[in-house]
Amino acid sequence: MKVGVEYFVGLSAVLFGIGLYGIFIRRSPMIILLSVELVLNAANLALIAFSRYRDDASGQVFALVVMAVAASEVVVGLGLVVAMSRRRAELDVDRLINLRN
Amino acid sequence: MTYQIVFGAASVLAVVSALGVVLSGNPFRSALWLIMNLASLATFYLLLDAAFLAAAQVIVYAGAVMIMFLFVIAYLGGSADEPTRDTPPWQLAVSLLAGGAIVAEVIVAIASHEFTGGPDVAGSFGSAQSVSVPLFGTYLLGFEVASVVLLVAAVGGVVLGARRPGPRAPGSTEPFVPRQPQLVPEAELQTAVMESQTLITPETARSDGG
Repeated sequence: MKVGVEYFVGLSAVLFGIGLYGIFIRRSPMIILLSVELVLNAANLALIAFSRYRDDASGQVFALVVMAVAASEVVVGLGLVVAMSRRRAELDVDRLINLRN
Repeated sequence: MTYQIVFGAASVLAVVSALGVVLSGNPFRSALWLIMNLASLATFYLLLDAAFLAAAQVIVYAGAVMIMFLFVIAYLGGSADEPTRDTPPWQLAVSLLAGGAIVAEVIVAIASHEFTGGPDVAGSFGSAQSVSVPLFGTYLLGFEVASVVLLVAAVGGVVLGARRPGPRAPGSTEPFVPRQPQLVPEAELQTAVMESQTLITPETARSDGG
């Protein structure tokens, strides 16, 4: 590794922080889902960096599982967003305080 | 030297595109920024000798997940835009604090630890074969659970996206009977067409969509 693992992990922390900021600050559910993707990918980067650092492919297996979970999360999240828009609810997570009606 | 230049360029690209995702007002632009972020992360995976993961990142994320995102954003159109209301300043402060705390924590952790340069790995490291041996060996159960999670998510997506009858009165035990298509006598056909042309408005056309 010609660049130390600490740079990869630090970068992953920065991406994680940006994604977390987005989850907190944005109100549109679409952009919150995109920020969750940022967070999951930051975690993947740390997993793969440590996998290379320890010369152990297990980290890459975990990264694959994270990808599967991220894809599932996107499917359910987008389904919810489409269902919300079909009920002509405002796409604003602060207004979505009731599960029913 | 090339390695460091590629790392620097990709990290600048990753941070800029991540900020683009979070700060862009238009969800479509956010999604396009995220594609750039995923591409720069695939570059990092290549730098970390994880060629299979880099390919999977591009195919699964940039190819499948982001297409779904863009499809839904295009379907929703302007209603997916950010609702314009003022954010209370304390929310902004707490968000910055939470995001910054994670970054500070990790930076303190990696600064207090001495990292070696990392081992030299075999040329086959990160290939599909070397990833699949632990995937189908040690972590077979996790792999199966992940596939079940994907199946459940697919079923959930269909259930959430399916058109359903409108809301019924609470406590109603009446089963839902979908409207049956009816044969129209030849004589009434002309009037039926004319009526349908006058009656179908966006409001009435969507009224059965719940």
